[in-house]
Amino acid sequence: MSAQPQIKLTEAENALLMAYTEQVGDLPGNGDVLVARDRLITDIKTKGLPTRRVEAWHYTDMRNLLRQVPANNDGDVSAIEPLISGSAVFSLSNGKVERKAKAEGVSVRGIEAMLEDGTGAFLMSPRGDDDAIGRINGGFLRDGLEIAVADGAALAEPIELQVLHSGGQSHARFVVTVGAGASARLIERQQGNGSSAALVSSVSELTLKAGADVTWVIVQEQGVTDTHLGQINFRLEKDAKLRLFIVNAGGKLVRQEVHGVTVGEGSDFTFRVINLLGGESHTDVTMTLGHDVPETTSTEIVRNVVFDKASGVFQGQIRVAPDAQKTDARMACNTLLLSEEADFSTKPELEIFADDVQCAHGATVADIDRNHLYYLMARGIPEKKARALLVQAFVAEVVEELDDEPLVEALEDVIEGWLERHGN
Amino acid sequence: MLEIRNLHARIAEDGTEIIRGLNLTVKAGEVAAIMGPNGSGKSTLSYILSGREDYEVTEGDILYNGESILELDPAERAAKGIFLAFQYPVEIPGVATMQFLKVALNEQRKQRGEAELTTPDFMKRVKDAAAHLKIAPEMLRRPLNVGFSGGEKKRAEILQMALLEPKLCVLDETDSGLDIDALKIVSDGVNALRSPDRAVIVITHYQRLLEHIVPDTVHVLYKGQIIKSGDKSLALELEANGYADVIEAAA
Repeated sequence: MSAQPQIKLTEAENALLMAYTEQVGDLPGNGDVLVARDRLITDIKTKGLPTRRVEAWHYTDMRNLLRQVPANNDGDVSAIEPLISGSAVFSLSNGKVERKAKAEGVSVRGIEAMLEDGTGAFLMSPRGDDDAIGRINGGFLRDGLEIAVADGAALAEPIELQVLHSGGQSHARFVVTVGAGASARLIERQQGNGSSAALVSSVSELTLKAGADVTWVIVQEQGVTDTHLGQINFRLEKDAKLRLFIVNAGGKLVRQEVHGVTVGEGSDFTFRVINLLGGESHTDVTMTLGHDVPETTSTEIVRNVVFDKASGVFQGQIRVAPDAQKTDARMACNTLLLSEEADFSTKPELEIFADDVQCAHGATVADIDRNHLYYLMARGIPEKKARALLVQAFVAEVVEELDDEPLVEALEDVIEGWLERHGN
Repeated sequence: MLEIRNLHARIAEDGTEIIRGLNLTVKAGEVAAIMGPNGSGKSTLSYILSGREDYEVTEGDILYNGESILELDPAERAAKGIFLAFQYPVEIPGVATMQFLKVALNEQRKQRGEAELTTPDFMKRVKDAAAHLKIAPEMLRRPLNVGFSGGEKKRAEILQMALLEPKLCVLDETDSGLDIDALKIVSDGVNALRSPDRAVIVITHYQRLLEHIVPDTVHVLYKGQIIKSGDKSLALELEANGYADVIEAAA
């Protein structure tokens, strides 16, 4: 080890390094992969986890918020039913591939094998200096799936990616390519059955070839003591359409990053987030989107429901490249603050280097409308139930917009279930 | 059924007294009309009966079937059978009308210790009641009151009333914004609910509605008090001569 620690490490950082020392002997990978892993972990050792002084982490001081890192725990993971019956289910348990469905037009390769033979070495490159999620995930990565949807394939049933754990650590990776003109729905489920805390990282690389049409839904329902670090990186080629829908309904410390670029004209990104926040949790959704070529469009709507002492963050950065004329990007962040101690920070950031573009952003914060509450109660609906209905109504609009009945119903169930457990 | 005794109430926020010593008794089976000029406290009275928290009762009592309801919240009052048809029904985006109706019906049943309705039973009730009020099924598929015309909103209120089968119905200016045809449909809906064990309070400016919903008693509300009571002929008298004579006589 050449680099010496520059800083005094926290308990969690030390635990992370310790966990690496313990696990590295049986982590998969050829020489290149191992060298790359060491480099990622060394970065953490020398710089520590990001603090609020790192701009991208300003509202989520991970160094202070991450208190503990649980040891690995290879307990039994209970199977879960797919959100939509008939889905092609792929599952990971504690970071290892457990189940691989067969679906027409879909080819699959295990990432463990790619690490072993070195073809997966590229997975060890972090996005940049501030990519803590990429470093943790790369350092500890055991397995995952590379999934390719063939050109022109129109998948009738969704692909469900279940990332499950029994507490302890879980680090997963997906590399997904959807071929030209193909269409697919992917549902990523993040949850565990552990009674002990978990540290979960999950990183996905998604490429949409020309004209591909994809709906990707992330349903994050981690336990109340779990740390969830998610990242999805995507590229949209010509006329590709991606709808990315995230529901955060769990976790103690959650950071979900979304980094995308439009690289083909006519491509469109639709981003919707529902953050259901309660207890003393902290949830951060950070998006960066590059409109890199002319005539691409995006809309971003984030709806937050914040109870108790929960805090939330949305950072949305839209960059429009100098020659990306006719870009149309619209971002909105609406928050329902339901307790005095709840808080939400939103940071829109538009970096526009082209002159013929339309970009807009807006943010609102509100409490439940008293007239609405009174009207429902005047019809005999008790206050607690009436509040739950109104909270549901606040997020329902973005769910219904999916216009996919089984998916809408499944997400409404997730939301209703969460509200029943957390409604004040 | 309803006995209001020396009621004084004010706006909670600024303390303005609106109801100043109001007395009113309405018996089961009775249709009572409350008339009065603008600003006399008619809508405030309806809100206070329903339990809206923007108003504070400072003196007096409201007895419903012999029990004070002042400590009950709006949902508890509704479950006991008090229904207010709003002058301005509230639009609630994101809450589907059917879902709202089902939750309201079942929550009231739960509070009364009755079994919840099955979905087919519920659907049948809504379909029948909607047909009587000439409410198109498409309207019920929209979010609650969102994009409804004025007339549609009033019909939707009466639909809720028909489904919830309250014991005390308070209609706050249900005739405002209705054309003649809609007025007829809404009035027929209300008349269909008249029964010996149900009381109706009709709050209105105009005699027009009372031609369709014929009241047993008529009360004039002015500056927060009932200043005159009579039978339906009082409404005709007010229509012909205005409120000035009655107000003067009471002064």
